[in-house]
Amino acid sequence: MSIDTVDVAAQNPDDEQPWAELGLKADEYARIREILGRRPTTAELAMYSVMWSEHCSYKSSKVHLRRFGDLPASDALLVGIGENAGVVDVGEGYAVTFKVESHNHPSYVEPYQGAATGVGGIVRDILTMGARPIAVMDSLRFGRADAPDTARVLPGVVAGVGGYGNCLGLPNVGGELLFDECYTGNPLVNALCVGVMKHEDVHLAKAEGAGNKVILFGARTGGDGIGGVSVLASETFDAEGPAKRPAVQVGDPFTEKLLIEACLELFAQDLVTGIQDLGGAGLSCATSELASAGTGGMHVDLETVPLRDSTLTPAEILMSESQERMCAIVEPGKVEQFLAVCRKWDVRAAVIGEVTDGDRLTVDWHGERIVDVPPRTVAHEGPVYERPMERPADLDALQADDPARLPRPTTPAELQAHWLAVVSSPDGADKSWVTEQYDRYVRGNTVLAQPEDAGVLRIDEQSNLGIALSLDGNARFARLDPYTGTRLNLAEAYRNVAATGATPLAVTNCLNFGSPENPEVMWQFAEAVRGLADGCRELGLPVTGGNVSLYNQTGDVAINPTPVIGVLGVHEDVRARIPSGWRNAGETVLLLGETRPEFGGSAWASVVHGHLGGRPPVVDLAAERSLAELLAALGRDGLVGSAHDLADGGLAQALTESALRYGTGARLALGDDAFTALFSESAARVVVTTTEPDRVRNVAAAAGVPVTDLGTTGGEALVLDGVLALPLAELRAAWSATLPALFGGPEHSTVFTVPAGTVPTS
Amino acid sequence: MRIGVITFPGSLDDVDAARAVRLAGGEPVALWHGDHDLKDVDAVVLPGGFSYGDYLRAGAIAARSPLMQDVVAAAHGGLPVLGICNGFQVLCEAGLLPGALTRNSHLHFRNRDQLLRVERADTAWTSDYAEGQQILIPVKNGEGRYVAADADLDRLEGENRVVFRYVEGNPNGSSRDIAGVTSANGRVVGLMPHPEHAVEDLTGPSTDGLGFFTSVLKAVVSA
Repeated sequence: MSIDTVDVAAQNPDDEQPWAELGLKADEYARIREILGRRPTTAELAMYSVMWSEHCSYKSSKVHLRRFGDLPASDALLVGIGENAGVVDVGEGYAVTFKVESHNHPSYVEPYQGAATGVGGIVRDILTMGARPIAVMDSLRFGRADAPDTARVLPGVVAGVGGYGNCLGLPNVGGELLFDECYTGNPLVNALCVGVMKHEDVHLAKAEGAGNKVILFGARTGGDGIGGVSVLASETFDAEGPAKRPAVQVGDPFTEKLLIEACLELFAQDLVTGIQDLGGAGLSCATSELASAGTGGMHVDLETVPLRDSTLTPAEILMSESQERMCAIVEPGKVEQFLAVCRKWDVRAAVIGEVTDGDRLTVDWHGERIVDVPPRTVAHEGPVYERPMERPADLDALQADDPARLPRPTTPAELQAHWLAVVSSPDGADKSWVTEQYDRYVRGNTVLAQPEDAGVLRIDEQSNLGIALSLDGNARFARLDPYTGTRLNLAEAYRNVAATGATPLAVTNCLNFGSPENPEVMWQFAEAVRGLADGCRELGLPVTGGNVSLYNQTGDVAINPTPVIGVLGVHEDVRARIPSGWRNAGETVLLLGETRPEFGGSAWASVVHGHLGGRPPVVDLAAERSLAELLAALGRDGLVGSAHDLADGGLAQALTESALRYGTGARLALGDDAFTALFSESAARVVVTTTEPDRVRNVAAAAGVPVTDLGTTGGEALVLDGVLALPLAELRAAWSATLPALFGGPEHSTVFTVPAGTVPTS
Repeated sequence: MRIGVITFPGSLDDVDAARAVRLAGGEPVALWHGDHDLKDVDAVVLPGGFSYGDYLRAGAIAARSPLMQDVVAAAHGGLPVLGICNGFQVLCEAGLLPGALTRNSHLHFRNRDQLLRVERADTAWTSDYAEGQQILIPVKNGEGRYVAADADLDRLEGENRVVFRYVEGNPNGSSRDIAGVTSANGRVVGLMPHPEHAVEDLTGPSTDGLGFFTSVLKAVVSA
């Protein structure tokens, strides 16, 4: 096999190259030739093609994401956008780093491994910052729950998220599971990881110091995950060559666990100058990003990379996305110690190159130069597009289709049927079938986990300092109005964190959209980014980083815009956390916030009428802020026994979850319009229970938050005075049967069915 | 009182076990699988996790680690040993406890808060409980179904070596609802549920798990 070296490329400038098959545009290929002053070698073409892909270069989203950088400086932000993950100061010398990433397409192709390696990838991002990963969360979207392909994809995804996270010893403390037709051919798997370190332990992805060694450690490099290169690979195939490799990576969480412990020991012994994980685009990405962020260049001898498959070509080695690998920059005097730590943890490590003077990234293959590029042109100076944008043509009609026209329940029996329909729908139903497959206890610091409003973790056993995290991404609201919908998702995540008594501190995001080449999708994306940036400015929170996932569509049909927003909050004393369930009878149930007749994009309209139209609820971030400050005060003073955020499914959903948590009912009076009270999805609302209602009312009045007295906890039913009495047993049967009936399990039960005639089917 | 907690490659609940020992009033001592050194501890905990990624069979590779040879010898001499979840699997693979742990009958990993009935309150790890007492501690495993030949199960029950049984639901299909068993001398105990996750009100479903660690401190004194 002849190697396409830099010299060969210079001497044969007119060789045909498969740039189009690798996803490059004609002008992009021309620009590579211009940068290099010759045609790229096969290996260089491979590097540019993966690094200039949408996934790595953010070429369509970059011009919009700049809005986040324009937000006012935050004292809490220690490391911002651009690194592997943002880092936030949470007090007492602790820093927290957190990030969400998508692994949507791999999870559709191979649900278990796609989801598993999604978790593995985000965990390495957090580890790379110098932090010990302490928990994960997952935000999942699937097609209709009863669609045949959902039965293929969902169980695999859940088992993959669990299989990888459980084996790493990271508690899964929350997330989302929602269904919609639009995800049938394109499920969403967004995984979050959060890590903790001391301020001085923050590490960056930089190659500094000429003569320092480049060490590749972790798993050996194999042929997995070479998606876009299959064409390139076939070019070099011959009769004895390897078969085409699967594009989806295969995870080995055991190796990643060893990698975590080894890295933390390397950090503790100060053996690392710079570090980068290997994720998308593998070695191409790690070497070019490390070199690009540093002050010098880098040289790599590619034949020193430990391989699982000796037949891999140099280009394949550069592009392989084999999992559980890291790349470190190490001073020569510390290499022996570095390798000793790796040996202790049975982690394979190899010196593959060194940091050089100058500004080139060079790669040799058995002494022949196959790459010689300016690293910034690969990693940071890729193409940037100002894609055309256009407001979706159907949006006016969609927004004009007001849910006010939908038939409402006219009798108590119908009201009860609608209630049961909403809470037993796949979106509203008990998620235990999923969350029982996740370890929520490991490491012993989980204070609250699913089904609570937010995950809450203790980070210091002496001081009881803790954090809270929530992920929210209502796509119905975003479809009706991406600007407002994104602000609503931010508001919901913010409120969920606040409902535990935590003070919200920072924001991350995973923006899942269709094709950027569709102007209507690009408009949705731009509106979502504008909404998030404006919302963060109003709430005084920094965006610490994020992830963009485009091309989520089936054929020409894009998914509903799905901006998943993560909010991190701080508990000064995590013992004061507020749970969401009702434990005790005799507590007064109070609604904080104002209810308006808002049904656009609501769960009620969707479940009962299959309707999506109108305007999403009004966003009032000043009210959200007052509510959050009130909840923090109530938690600090121990004035409430529970707090539950109102969101999808409104009060009906919140009452159901609070009552069923510990089997405590309530007697309630909801006024003249029980329907609006139960199913409106007005934002900035939380239901709390308290033994000191007068004090809560006083504090709320001072904070300017409206309070409505709903009733008293107790009994074995949810009773609406003079309207209906819903026994908890019946409610639980309806709420908990749905997912096991759809996805199986040892304890099969029948799906709750709404009595015929009580729910309109229009 | 020094209680060792072994870390194998892939151990996960070692930090939790050490915390439980500390909260019970003992001194946790970190032990490394690759050393032949028990560091003069008075008892040993094999924690939960996925040692060696559950490759081959859960617990099979860890059972053959250097330190386990010392643990087996010391256990035959009466050293109290507790195996939790993966630790229980290691003890079965090492021959210190009878039976085997196989894939859950429903084939899913399952994590829930589980009621157990204490069947033996006279082992080194259970003396602070009362026989027949029910305790609530988390269970979380993918391969926790306890199995043995019927004749062996009959013999185990005949020798009164079942220490815990699942009540109000068997989370993994274990034979005869067995959650934990003990050695003939009552010094070695293995169970699938996780007492170390039920030692603080803040983080556990109860503090019912603390009794394991307070029990062994007394067992060591009286030994």
